[in-house]
Amino acid sequence: MASMTIAKGINNGLRAAMERDPKVVLMGEDIGKLGGVFRVTDGLQKDFGEDRVIDTPLAEAGIVGTAIGMALRGYRPVVEIQFDGFIYPAFDHIVSQVAKMRARSLGKITLPMVIRIPVGGGIGAVEHHSESNEAYFAHTAGLKVVCCSNAEDAYWMIQQAIESDDPVLFYEPKRRYWDKGEVADVAQRGLLEANVVREGTDATLIAYGPMVKTCLQAAEAAAAEGKNLEVIDLRTLSPLDLDTVAASVEKTGRAVVVHEASTFLGMGAEIAAALQQRCFYHLEAPVLRVGGYNLPYPPSKLEEEFLPDLDRVLDAVDRSLAF
Amino acid sequence: MSDNAVAGATSVEHEDEVLAELTAPVPEVGDGGPEMVQLLTPEGQRVENTEYDEYVKDLSDEDLRGFYRDLVLIRRVDAEATALQRQGELGIWASLLGQEAAQVGSGRAMRPQDYAFPTYREHGVAWCRGVNPLNLLGLFRGVNHGGWDPNEKNFHLYTIVIGAQTLHATGYAMGIQRDGDVGTGDPERDAAVIAYFGDGATAQGDVNESFVYAAVNNAPVVFFCQNNQWAISEPNERQTRIPLYQRARGFGFPGVRVDGNDVLAVYAVTQQALNAARSGNGPTFVEAYTYRMGAHTTSDDPTKYRVSAEVEVWKHRDPIERLKSYLVHTQKADQAFFDAVEVEGDELAVAVREGCLSMPDPTPESMFDHIYVEEHPVVEAERKEFAAYHAGFTQEGGH
Repeated sequence: MASMTIAKGINNGLRAAMERDPKVVLMGEDIGKLGGVFRVTDGLQKDFGEDRVIDTPLAEAGIVGTAIGMALRGYRPVVEIQFDGFIYPAFDHIVSQVAKMRARSLGKITLPMVIRIPVGGGIGAVEHHSESNEAYFAHTAGLKVVCCSNAEDAYWMIQQAIESDDPVLFYEPKRRYWDKGEVADVAQRGLLEANVVREGTDATLIAYGPMVKTCLQAAEAAAAEGKNLEVIDLRTLSPLDLDTVAASVEKTGRAVVVHEASTFLGMGAEIAAALQQRCFYHLEAPVLRVGGYNLPYPPSKLEEEFLPDLDRVLDAVDRSLAF
Repeated sequence: MSDNAVAGATSVEHEDEVLAELTAPVPEVGDGGPEMVQLLTPEGQRVENTEYDEYVKDLSDEDLRGFYRDLVLIRRVDAEATALQRQGELGIWASLLGQEAAQVGSGRAMRPQDYAFPTYREHGVAWCRGVNPLNLLGLFRGVNHGGWDPNEKNFHLYTIVIGAQTLHATGYAMGIQRDGDVGTGDPERDAAVIAYFGDGATAQGDVNESFVYAAVNNAPVVFFCQNNQWAISEPNERQTRIPLYQRARGFGFPGVRVDGNDVLAVYAVTQQALNAARSGNGPTFVEAYTYRMGAHTTSDDPTKYRVSAEVEVWKHRDPIERLKSYLVHTQKADQAFFDAVEVEGDELAVAVREGCLSMPDPTPESMFDHIYVEEHPVVEAERKEFAAYHAGFTQEGGH
């Protein structure tokens, strides 16, 4: 067991993957000498060289598009997009090329590539630096979309994502980069498994990425009031580990889905729909959603109002329990 | 002029003139201009060129007859596919009529280990790489999105989104570099990539980004632009203000314009560019100056946006007639040869037609295949749902 931050967990995970497989290459803006704007790739270029840790020109379509070519040549590129709001110039390559290459080649081509995206707000950034765009990609068949929330998963999930022969969008909760946690010597679970991070009986909180910590704090607060909440860290958004979620909801009878992205057509909409189809007779209350409002991400002075916090989560729990 | 401008001494009128000249649309070149590399005139006369002659000097008469055969056969495939579309057998077809020399010349310049990234009109390149034409038809018939193994012939799937493949080509070339397959001097090992696109694609961000990435990485990639004068209905002057090949200089690598209807010149220029890439000298932009004789695809109507006189001019520059007259007056081929190629073309057309008509539709369940490498619960659940839904009809005795 070792203690490290989420950022260091990813860094160590990348290092382990690169040591294991010479075909793993990193690509992105400023990831070399600078180590990335969040220093997630710190020291890797020094140790693996400029041919494997490639500082790219400032062009996101170029990063993902050339990574596709590298993957076609037999490499396993791991690209870094500097901020969530900068992914859109590469959107076409991700949804039209990365996601579809295997199907359109009738299985002749695989694209084992990972696209790392720091996600979410709460760091006081200017616009386009705090977006939660996971639903766009989860909606696209051919991609896997995952999101880590702690150091243990940061370290192991990035390695599992790199080992996946399917392309993976790997979201990293940027406001949690410096949170520390224990990392076990062996992976505790597979890439596509949800994790019950706190067991409870009264209601299930379903979250991923930065909101897992918020939900755990909410559960702590609720416990002080005698409410026993279960918290699930989804970890994988596509495919969803619905078995784990449904088992929990069938036990508690109540579910609140929490994410930073706007609720309209967000991950919560899919989860709520799936749960009512699957767990209808177990539900004591409608599945509720707590998310960002259906607005463009606001200026940072307002983001604490926009983002779900402990109180908004608890308020939803109360509404659920009131049914 | 610049000194005057700095000193503010230029008259307003003169400045207007200079400005007008600088911002004028690219002049109608018409014949590609004096800078265009040409080894065969439209009449089939051999033009000497001290820089490029060496790339064709070793071609045997048989090689030249082979070029002719390629040109005729791929035109025959194209004509048959166009007919099949008109008869409702293909959903759409993108004809290469008029661009055969650009494709055969560049395609034959490749070595087996080179890799081509086509757009969706490179039927002649596919032919040179040994891809079965029926595979191309499958895409347009709607039975699959490609159907060939790109790594078997080093010919990537067609790419419909304009220009996207130029980045894939550049990344692939960066992989070749990392594999050490550049500049070793071993002709069996050194490899290059060729990315095909049209004049319209040069406006795309992806294409410009691929130029940047290729340049700063010195990647072994040849950007092969078939300037067929029209991006669907948009003529060159609506797309660019300078001749396209001149753009390469701004990105830091050479650009060359070649007569795209001259198979010898295209072969020579592409050879040079691929050699440079393979030997570690980085990218080249080749502008093959040609003309799309037909429609962009069978869905558009070129009579609405261009005049027939223009088409007539380009008929005179036909790539097949040009090579034929060269072969005839240099006595490198006789009538028996031309007749044999015609017969071969007819046979090929029959095979293409029969192959197209007998192409099996994919099974409905197959649309759930190959989405992911690893089993995916949503795909599998929907596959079962789909099967159960259709099984219900069978049980009812219908369908």
